[in-house]
Amino acid sequence: MSLLSVEDLRLSFGGLLAIDGLTFSVGEAEIVSVIGPNGAGKTSAFNCVTGFYRPTSGRITLRGKDLPGLRPSAIAGLGVARTFQNLRLFGELSVLDNVRAGSHLWLKQSVFDALLHTPRYRRSERECTEQAHHWLDFVGLSGDRYSEARNLPYGEQRLTEIARALARRPDLLLLDEPAAGLNHGEKAEMLDLIRRIQALGVAIVLIEHDMGLVMEVSERVVVLNFGKEIADGRPEDVRRNPAVIEAYLGSDAHA
Amino acid sequence: MTGTTKVRRVGNAKPPTRASKLLQNRWAGIAGLLIALLAPFVNASGYALSVMTSAAIFVMLAAGLNIVVGYCGLLDLGYVAFFAVGAYTSGVLSTRLDLPLLVTVPAVIVVTVIAGIIIGAPTLRLRSDYLAIVTLGFGEIIRITANNLDVTGGPSGIYGIPHLTDSPVVFYYVTVVVVSLAVLGAARLGRSRLGRAWRFVREDEDAAEAMGVHTYRVKLAAYIAGAVWGGLAGVLFAAQLSAISPTSFTFLQSALVLMAVVLGGMGSIPGVVIGAVVISILPEILRDLADYRFFIFGVLLIAVMILRPQGLWPARSKEVS
Amino acid sequence: MTQLVWNGLFVGSFYALVALGYSMVYGIIKLLNFAHGDLYMLGAFVGFAILGAVGGVSSSMALPLLLVVLLATMVLTGLAGVALERVAYRPLRRAPRLSLLITAVGASFALEYGMRAAAGADPRVYPVRLGGTSVEVLGARLTLQQLVLVGVAVVLMIGLNLLITRTREGRAMRAIALDPRTSSLMGIDVNAVISRTFFIGSALAGAAGVMAGAYYGKIDFLMGFLIGLKAFTAAVIGGIGNIPGTMLGGLLLGLLESFGTFWLGGEWRDVFAFGVLILFLTVRPTGLLGERVTERV
Repeated sequence: MSLLSVEDLRLSFGGLLAIDGLTFSVGEAEIVSVIGPNGAGKTSAFNCVTGFYRPTSGRITLRGKDLPGLRPSAIAGLGVARTFQNLRLFGELSVLDNVRAGSHLWLKQSVFDALLHTPRYRRSERECTEQAHHWLDFVGLSGDRYSEARNLPYGEQRLTEIARALARRPDLLLLDEPAAGLNHGEKAEMLDLIRRIQALGVAIVLIEHDMGLVMEVSERVVVLNFGKEIADGRPEDVRRNPAVIEAYLGSDAHA
Repeated sequence: MTGTTKVRRVGNAKPPTRASKLLQNRWAGIAGLLIALLAPFVNASGYALSVMTSAAIFVMLAAGLNIVVGYCGLLDLGYVAFFAVGAYTSGVLSTRLDLPLLVTVPAVIVVTVIAGIIIGAPTLRLRSDYLAIVTLGFGEIIRITANNLDVTGGPSGIYGIPHLTDSPVVFYYVTVVVVSLAVLGAARLGRSRLGRAWRFVREDEDAAEAMGVHTYRVKLAAYIAGAVWGGLAGVLFAAQLSAISPTSFTFLQSALVLMAVVLGGMGSIPGVVIGAVVISILPEILRDLADYRFFIFGVLLIAVMILRPQGLWPARSKEVS
Repeated sequence: MTQLVWNGLFVGSFYALVALGYSMVYGIIKLLNFAHGDLYMLGAFVGFAILGAVGGVSSSMALPLLLVVLLATMVLTGLAGVALERVAYRPLRRAPRLSLLITAVGASFALEYGMRAAAGADPRVYPVRLGGTSVEVLGARLTLQQLVLVGVAVVLMIGLNLLITRTREGRAMRAIALDPRTSSLMGIDVNAVISRTFFIGSALAGAAGVMAGAYYGKIDFLMGFLIGLKAFTAAVIGGIGNIPGTMLGGLLLGLLESFGTFWLGGEWRDVFAFGVLILFLTVRPTGLLGERVTERV
């Protein structure tokens, strides 16, 4: 059984059909990329999977459990973590606190532990901090971990967001354009990071415009255009698919 | 997923000023407490004691509202409603059933928790600005209801509430101890798992939700905590004055508490305490300006928001660590 | 029965007039102008000051004079609203919503207690009162003055609706409400349009203030607090940001209050009104005529 399975997903805003029949599945520890021109419905699909949008129709299941109708936090609790296209860090909090948000759900600590500062409180706080440091090390963040997240350079904010998602210890990680705005060297590091995340046993769904990265890292590629799925296959097959080439390069018939 | 891969440690892992910062906050707390404890030795007149007791109660209100506004970022313009619920619950129970004031405290906690849920549950799903007005409406509902019901004594209120102790000095010290515990409790909640969740909600509700924080429940928890703090402050208030009436629980009171929180620095415990002391003591010192004081407060609110939105003693991101 | 309906419509037209300013400002910059009710209070006092300066008038001249004062007050209150936006709100347009709301609370405070310092805490008696003969229509007693006031309110509302739906100015307002950045790229002077929105909204509130002063006869510095809350309620019932919806919401709230008072007693009137507000926000936060919006992540 696959980890995530999306069947015939449809989503409309008023009269506008943002996603028109999307079907794909992701296996354990597999990397699947979702590509397509801007406005093709990629991020909307992410929002459906993570519970921020309620699909108009179709099924989304995680290990056989239906996701639509659950709160985003409940879906996160099932082992799905995500990053956002336009960085959604907790700007005024420190880098470390941002990543602690990931370990948040794993903390065993009650209000009374906190009020009385019981040994359990101290232990759980220490563990939470250690975990946060661990994941910041893992993504290779070198900057100041005690400064406000919004003051970090862009690339490091990206890494912080990924560390935060990893600290959730997810089985499925949704990355929304992780390489956008990164320079050449940073992109190479991102590629390496994605592979190392996979090596932990995490499945990844990737939205990305950088075709080099996508072709290099993905096991399968799903192509969306105007909300419709036009291809699903191995990178080398998708690359040669005429419908994909047309969607990306355009044709006179569609122009 | 197994998260035990060995990785190279990069970057600075030690907070540069963490210990000193913690010390500073702790020292600030101890210094504040000392000042409060020694004050009666400087001036123990009945008037001075009543002003100082009121100021301490006001500090407790500000610490409670700070949980809602400062930590969680929810604007509550009817906070005085919880103050009223606490004062009236203990007032009604102690006068009608002849209970000692202390015995009413558990009842006050239960009733304020329920009040927090009743007010929070329908409104916390709303956009933040709607919430502000709805809480204002609730504050008015509570006041008008107290004004109309027989059990609350109507417009003349309740009188003859038993004192906790006959000596104003002893009562002042009791108040200081209770308020200190309340402030410490609020600070500890702020540094806990729940407190972090409040900040996540304040910073970015969607991202918090995506990280597995049940934002609605977390907001409700902030509301309930604020309600309990306000309600217990209400008990102290009832015990101090031994008489309460609806005129003590107007929007003006809510606005003053908000002002203390904003002026001191939303989310910053030392800031909020200082803000509350300033707001409650200043009018006593500047009697001549009585006509202008609320006008000045209003202008000050605007000025603080434009020029120094973090307040006089801002919370630091490091403080959370 | 018809009396209750008429009372409700009469009070409701006041609510609607004040609610319009709330709704317009919210529609265009998504700010709950908490001080809006206080502009209504300001209008009442401005009218009071002008009437005081004019001196005594014979009662036969009261009505035309009042209309002139009404216009003058609208201009002055409108300018006050513009100044308020310029000083308090504009510097914070990009700030977090919480800061803006707190600023609005501060503005409300400053206006209320500024007026208290200037005019005193005691209620003032309006120098002109409309003495009216009453007529009976379908069993309801209504006075000439009530008819005139409702007439003025209706004229103002129709004028506003024409302005927004038919003119260039109105089109600019609607454009900014949809997308301020694009509007400014398209050559709309966003600041100027927001200023004019504040002018119109505040002028309407000021008009309502004068009318209330002339009708009820007494004004005080806190008179805007409650009506501000009621006006917000009216705007929410109709759909905040939606002009016809807001008018409808005002009238509806007036009617609800009128009947609610009849059943529950006058002392519960405000509780009833806020209860309605909370019910609406819980069940249908977009109001009767508001559009459902999908909030995007």
